[in-house]
Amino acid sequence: MPSEILARIRRGEVLLADGGMGSLLLDAGLEPGRCPEAWNLEHPDRLAEIARAYTEAGAMLVQANTFGGSALKLGAYGLAERTEEINAAAVAAARRGAGDRAWVYGSCGPSGVLLQPYGDVAPEVVQESFRRQLSALAKAGVDAIVVETMIDLREAELAVTAAREVAPDLPLVATMTFDATPRGFFTVMGVDVATAAAGLAAAGADVVGANCGQGSEVMVEVARAFAACAERPFAIQPNAGLPRIVEGRAVYTEPPDFMAAQAERILEAGATIIGGCCGTTPEHVRALRAVIERRRA
Amino acid sequence: MEILQQLAVTLQKGQDSQVRELTRQAVEDGVPVQQVLDEGLIAGMGVVGERFRTHQIFLPEVLLAARAMYAGLDVLEPLLAAAEVPRAGTAVLGTVQGDLHDIGKNLVAIMLRGAGFSVIDLGHDVPPERFVAAARESGAQIIGMSALLTTTMPVMRRVVELLAREGLKGRIRTIIGGAPVSVEFAQEIGADGYAYDGVSAVERVKALLQDVSPGPA
Repeated sequence: MPSEILARIRRGEVLLADGGMGSLLLDAGLEPGRCPEAWNLEHPDRLAEIARAYTEAGAMLVQANTFGGSALKLGAYGLAERTEEINAAAVAAARRGAGDRAWVYGSCGPSGVLLQPYGDVAPEVVQESFRRQLSALAKAGVDAIVVETMIDLREAELAVTAAREVAPDLPLVATMTFDATPRGFFTVMGVDVATAAAGLAAAGADVVGANCGQGSEVMVEVARAFAACAERPFAIQPNAGLPRIVEGRAVYTEPPDFMAAQAERILEAGATIIGGCCGTTPEHVRALRAVIERRRA
Repeated sequence: MEILQQLAVTLQKGQDSQVRELTRQAVEDGVPVQQVLDEGLIAGMGVVGERFRTHQIFLPEVLLAARAMYAGLDVLEPLLAAAEVPRAGTAVLGTVQGDLHDIGKNLVAIMLRGAGFSVIDLGHDVPPERFVAAARESGAQIIGMSALLTTTMPVMRRVVELLAREGLKGRIRTIIGGAPVSVEFAQEIGADGYAYDGVSAVERVKALLQDVSPGPA
C-alpha cells in the first residue's frame, strides 16, 4: 500500500492531504497551553473523529496527531518517556478514523530547540529525538511520513535522514515554512526555496515543499519557486491566511472557495500534494477535492 | 577610534572571543567604558539589527552576533555598574504563561541589550505576577511580553490589568509582540505598545520612555 503513494505521484496524480489539526483540537475542547499530543492517550476518540471528518471530505493522506511528538518537544511537557506510546496512539486513532479510505500520514514537526552553534543543543541529541519518534511511527504502521514546518535546514535534514534510517521504504515528504521578503522567500533561519529543495532531496526526501506560512495566495508564488528549481515532486499546504484574533481566539480568514481558487493556481504550477495547514478545516479540504476532480475531468 | 570600529566589525561577524578581547583591550587602553559600549558594541549591533530588518541576514547571523555582544557586555557591565553609568532604561521580558516559544522574545532581548538597555529576561511560561514583581523590584520602566500561541495571548491582558490594579499603569509601560499579536490586539487589551520585531521593539520602547511618568524615588 505505501509504495502505491509514490507510484501514483510518479504517474502524475495529485494527492489530497488533510487540513489543520490544532484549531480542530481546540474546538474539540483542548485547553490552551496544554500539550496537544497528550490527547493521543486521553481522547483518541476525538482524534479518530477528526481523521474521519477529513477522510469524508476527501483527503487521501490523513495526519496522525504527532506534530509535536518528538522526544525533545514532548520533553517540554515532561512527556519524553512516553514518546513511543503517544505516537503509537495517534496512529491508531487516525487509522480508526480513516479506515481503509485514506492513508495515515505521520507528522514530525520541529524539536523546539536551536541547534549549535545558534543554540545549545548538539545535532546528535536532536537526531536521536527524531529517531525515537519516527521509529515509533513506523512501528505503528504509518503509510507515509511528513517532516514539516521546518525553518532550519540542518534540523530538517536530521529528521529526514533519521526517517530514512528507521523507515527506508516509507514515502517521505519534507516541507519548510517560508516568509515573503522583498528579497524573495526565506525561512526564519534564512533558507531560500532552492537551497531547501536541494537539501531536503539530498537528505532523502521523496517529496519536498512548503507548508504553513502567510496564506494560499502567497503559496502560489512559493509553488512557482519550487517548480523553478525542485528536481523532486513538491507538496504545498497553506494556512487559511494569517490569523486575526477575535475575542482571544484565532480566526483564519480565507474561506474554502478562496483557497480553492488559489489551489487551482498551485496545481497549475505543478504541485503534486496539496492540502491545508493552520486554520483549514474539512470544508477547505472538500473545496480542494472539487478542484482536483474538476481538473481530472 | 580604530579599536572601537574593529570591535563593531568583529561583533557583526559573531566572533565572540575576539569581541571579549577587544573590549578588554579598549578598556585597558583607557577608552571610557560608555564609549566602548556606544561606539563598539551598540554601534556593531545597530548594523546587525538594520541588516536583519532588511533581510540581508537572518536569525543565525543575529544569534552569533548576539553571543559576541554578550561576551563584550560581560566585560563592560560590572564596569558600567561601578561607574554608575546611566543605562538607556530597564526592561523586563518574558514569554507569557503557557507558552514555550522564546526565539522572538530572545531577539527582542538581544536588540534591547544591543541598544544599551538593561534587560531582565524571565524566560518562558511566565505568570502575570512574576512580570509585575520583577518590574517592581528592578525599577524597570518597561514590561515586554511575547506569545506565539493565540491561546496564550489572553495572559497579556491579565498583566495589563494587574498593573492597573496595583496603580503602576503609566509608570511601567507594556509592549507586546509575537506572531499572532497585532497592534489592534494591543489597543484592545490596553497595552502601551506593539512591536512587529526586535528592531521595531527598540524603537517603540524608546518612544514609550520619552513620556513615562517618573516613578517614586
